[in-house]
Amino acid sequence: MFEIYQVNKFKKHNMFQFFNSDQKSLQKLVREYVEQEVAPHAAEWDEKDVCPDHLWPVLGQMGFFGIFVPTQYGGPGLGLTERAIVLEEVSRHSAGLGIAMMTHDLAIAAILNFGSEEQKQKYLPQLISGEKIGGLSVTEPTGGSDFGNQNTTIEKTEEGYVINGRKCFITNSHNAVINVVTGTSGVNEKGRKMISAVIIPEGTPGWSAGRKEHKLGLRGSVTGDVICSDLKVTADCMIGKEGDGSKIAMHTIGHFGRSGMAAIALGVIRGCCEEGLNFAKNRITYGKPLTALQAIQLIIADNQVDYEAGQAMLYNATSIYDSGVQCAPEVAAAKLFISRNAIKAAERTIDLMGGYGVINEYPAGRFLRDAMAIIPSGGTSQIMGIIVAGNQLR
Amino acid sequence: MNIAVCVKAVPDSKYYDKISIDPATRMMVREGIPTVISDLDKHALEAALALRDKNQGKVSVFTMAPESALDNILEALAMGADEGFLLSDRAFAGADTLVTSYTLAAAIQAKGPFDIVITGNESDDGSTGQVSAQLGEWLCFPHIMNISALVYSENALNVTALSEDGSIDYKMALPAVLGVTRKLNKPRLTNIMGMLKAKSKPLTVLHYGDFPTDDNYLGLKGSPTQPGAIYAPKMSRKTVELTGTPEEIADRIVQELCKAGVRH
Repeated sequence: MFEIYQVNKFKKHNMFQFFNSDQKSLQKLVREYVEQEVAPHAAEWDEKDVCPDHLWPVLGQMGFFGIFVPTQYGGPGLGLTERAIVLEEVSRHSAGLGIAMMTHDLAIAAILNFGSEEQKQKYLPQLISGEKIGGLSVTEPTGGSDFGNQNTTIEKTEEGYVINGRKCFITNSHNAVINVVTGTSGVNEKGRKMISAVIIPEGTPGWSAGRKEHKLGLRGSVTGDVICSDLKVTADCMIGKEGDGSKIAMHTIGHFGRSGMAAIALGVIRGCCEEGLNFAKNRITYGKPLTALQAIQLIIADNQVDYEAGQAMLYNATSIYDSGVQCAPEVAAAKLFISRNAIKAAERTIDLMGGYGVINEYPAGRFLRDAMAIIPSGGTSQIMGIIVAGNQLR
Repeated sequence: MNIAVCVKAVPDSKYYDKISIDPATRMMVREGIPTVISDLDKHALEAALALRDKNQGKVSVFTMAPESALDNILEALAMGADEGFLLSDRAFAGADTLVTSYTLAAAIQAKGPFDIVITGNESDDGSTGQVSAQLGEWLCFPHIMNISALVYSENALNVTALSEDGSIDYKMALPAVLGVTRKLNKPRLTNIMGMLKAKSKPLTVLHYGDFPTDDNYLGLKGSPTQPGAIYAPKMSRKTVELTGTPEEIADRIVQELCKAGVRH
């Protein structure tokens, strides 16, 4: 007797259903690259705490940098949604590389949205191609949340500006060569510090990297101090006009920074979903795969629900921005929700894996460390909550 | 230099466990199974693109598949191909390798002339390794498979073909058909700009009647190879626990293997 082996029709949806065909193609394209060039090395980059900045020209060639930059400046002319897709795919395997790429894009975003035509023509092509690594330096030892109380000074001189100060917890601190830095330029009529933003071109004397931090997570990026010591720039390095720094930083971090961190956290959650499911299918206990146990099924379900909810929040927020509407509260809500749930997903995945969950050969531990390091990056959960509440209370 | 590349849309291996067989037609049910370009065909496409980049010309991609394979052709265009042709019609369905190669050859002749036709040595799913040589016969072009090295020079191709215990170097006049191996090259990855440009490149769906064919060589009816009986072996197993010293257990395993006819 012959038997025909039948299986149930494939019903699982694993792609956000609001993606258009270009976005679906983009996701597939990025995933193929990441599985080939990032996934095999992610654990090593984490263990050695190194940023693979040798990949920058290739990442630029792939079109992964400045994906939101119009074609007239050498970009693909897509949007924040496509950029989030790239970061999610990368961070599924290496959230450390994800935040390094995300920060590089912050320099691009600041110059694109607020720079002069000359600044865009000069700096964007180098950053988009990956020829140069970019950075954005805002946080200081006095605080990151307390943005308005910066101590770095940007003082006007006859030739331009002189900058003095120290920034800390700066991603790409030791490898970025085109940097956007914020600092105070005097006080306004109300006596409040005026914040400005300047571009520090490559090789400017007075720029140095200081202490390098050894982080709990997001290893695969370099984080540390940057120091401006009697650093002189010409007047054309000012982005916008003096006092525009708050607007520039808030817009850049509020949209590009936090949507980027949300995408990175979403990638971590997806890693938890996929690694957890794979482990549960293959691990045999009581004579059956773990997937036969309801307790495990509920973990799988909770992770998947967090992933799908995070997808919906993130890509809704980025779609709003891409339609031309500012949406800092929606982005903050997405970052708050997804980053918190990344920690939960990682904890659940470690539970699912039992003893193997705390063995570094498996990625669950890295997922947890990365998820915890995402929380303060781009703004703490409490700041995100204040932004969301503030929007509701208006 | 005009180059035709034949690519096959095959089931994505990530979904192999979801594949089912229609008991009536004994054909694979493709609905709901995403497809990808067969791996060796990407090497074929890379070879074509490299030749074009060095010698100028055009790369045209051909595939015979359901319309769902449009995404796969777009992927080939995103990689750098200049135009794509999807041969898609119920009249072509159920074809074996002979009829598949006939239909592809007919389309290539209609859209040509081409100097070189390149395919992967074999596909990821069927793995018959027949279409490349059959194409050569239908087109009356010299054809070589198992290619691991390829240089174009003075209107001829210098190729190295792998054999069982080494390799053989050939010089081929054009036009020619090549079947390539993984050793030939590393396929370029598609980038975002390529993906965006692909949408504006010519992509034509060719139906029955859009190019000259002989009905006797089309589809399941025209295929000399017909699917036979298909069954899945029973996977249930008896479990017997062997106890004793390692030497005793090893002796027992040998006895069981001899009993099962595996070893004499």
